[in-house]
Amino acid sequence: MNPVDLLCALGARVLRWLSALGHASLFFGDLVRHTPAALRRFDLALVQIYAIGNLSLVIIITSGAAVGGVLALQAYYALDRYGAAESVGLLVALSLLRELGPVLTALLYAGRAGTSLTAEIGLMKAGEQLAAMEMMAVDPRSRVLAPRFVAGIVSLPLLAAIFSAVGVGGAYLIAVKLIGIDSAAFWSQMQDGVDVFKDVGNGMFKTIVFGVASTFIALYMGYESEATPEGVAKATTRTVVFSSVTVLVLDFLLTSLMFSTKP
Amino acid sequence: MRQSRPQSFERPLFLICWSLQAATTEPRTLTTDNLVQIDHVTFGYDRSRTILTDVSLQFPRGRVVAIMGSSGSGKTTLLRLIGGVIRPQSGTVLFDGEPVDPSDTDKLFAVRRRLGMLFQFGALFTDLNTFENVAFPLREHTNLPDSMIRDIVLLKLNAVGLRGAASLRIAEVSGGMARRIALARAIALDPELIMYDEPFAGLDPISVGVTANLIRRLNDATDATSLIVSHDVEECFQICDYAYLISSGRIAGHGTPPELRASEDPEVRQFIRGEPDGPVRFHYPAPSIEQDLGLSG
Repeated sequence: MNPVDLLCALGARVLRWLSALGHASLFFGDLVRHTPAALRRFDLALVQIYAIGNLSLVIIITSGAAVGGVLALQAYYALDRYGAAESVGLLVALSLLRELGPVLTALLYAGRAGTSLTAEIGLMKAGEQLAAMEMMAVDPRSRVLAPRFVAGIVSLPLLAAIFSAVGVGGAYLIAVKLIGIDSAAFWSQMQDGVDVFKDVGNGMFKTIVFGVASTFIALYMGYESEATPEGVAKATTRTVVFSSVTVLVLDFLLTSLMFSTKP
Repeated sequence: MRQSRPQSFERPLFLICWSLQAATTEPRTLTTDNLVQIDHVTFGYDRSRTILTDVSLQFPRGRVVAIMGSSGSGKTTLLRLIGGVIRPQSGTVLFDGEPVDPSDTDKLFAVRRRLGMLFQFGALFTDLNTFENVAFPLREHTNLPDSMIRDIVLLKLNAVGLRGAASLRIAEVSGGMARRIALARAIALDPELIMYDEPFAGLDPISVGVTANLIRRLNDATDATSLIVSHDVEECFQICDYAYLISSGRIAGHGTPPELRASEDPEVRQFIRGEPDGPVRFHYPAPSIEQDLGLSG
């Protein structure tokens, strides 16, 4: 390929990428614009909160307990060398509230609820359900997408809170009941070292951002998927990949902004 | 004029259920007032492939008009143009004298509230049951109390013979039933125009008869205008007042069913009689078989 062709191919690729980015931005604007309508008809969002929130509880609770337990084991292994084994509770709580709770919940959410949203919207498109809605003068963005968007933003912070709470519970079982760390020290260090606004508040803010990002990606991928089995399969895969990468990058940016200063 | 109409419907019950204008079994006088008019429309999904070339069609109020043609001839594209899903490259699509403009969402949705569409495979909402599917447009576009919505939905379902299936999930109904549920949903708001996209495709003979019967009866009972896109010649001719035959993106012929049957136009004759070869070629354009098999001298 000669340099001119190469430059043309590169330019075409960049143009396509910019066009897709612009399209996605407009789609996001549309979703935000239709959100008030979804809030007015909150019953539609409630159904979705059940579907993507309640039905994700098993995976969130199981993962939270396992992560909390593992964190407690690793923290004890490291801290015991310096005679600070009682700080296991504090370390686990800070790790869960600041980072692992929001990030792991968002990743699990993308894999469980995000893929389900993409597949559902994609199949609705393939089955002409969205087209039928439009022909009935009902905007699918308002009736189908916006309630799911609201549900995602509501569900993810709640799931993350449950994940962190169960994680702390798992850590308590391992550290106090199994290893034998003093229960009072476990809780008091945690109470003393965790700041409601800085740690819990910032962690919750992260989950809201992750909820917006991963739900938007899931809905966008479903709505823009090709109306074929292959198209829906590709869109579902893209949802997991894009959501995961976006969550990790956003987490880095948010952590840099929130926790970069000294305590 | 149209031929004999199916009479198997329980007429009194049907009319009571509709509580609308009295249906007549006699052919009505043709009106010159067109609900939909397509003027010199050309359309292609991209510049290299033109689907419709300078086509003009009229759909008079209160009539059942069929658009027929082989697969890929541009029939469904016409429905999409009328519904404002796509915009013609040139020419105009008028609904009740007003141009259908896909860029003006408010106006477009106002037009769409006046029409109902039956999709080829029903396009029913799989997360809702039969009752809720039919209730959907009523819940979205009216503030009627639940008791009234219930009555209307049951009447519509009764009109298509599925009142007893109101509580069934969509996964539990057959293809023919799904088509009828979709029909009940399409007429839930008593639209002025009902568009049917391949209403007979994939149905068993009984379901085809039932569906054809319903289309004609619903049209007459509600005084609506019906537009059927199909390639089923016999079923369409049995219930339509007028038919257009589309081939390769242009109007190959049009007229009443008897006129089309009597047509000497080779393209019309090939389609009506279902001849495998003629002006519409059996083979997709390709080099000769000898050339492809390496047998040419």
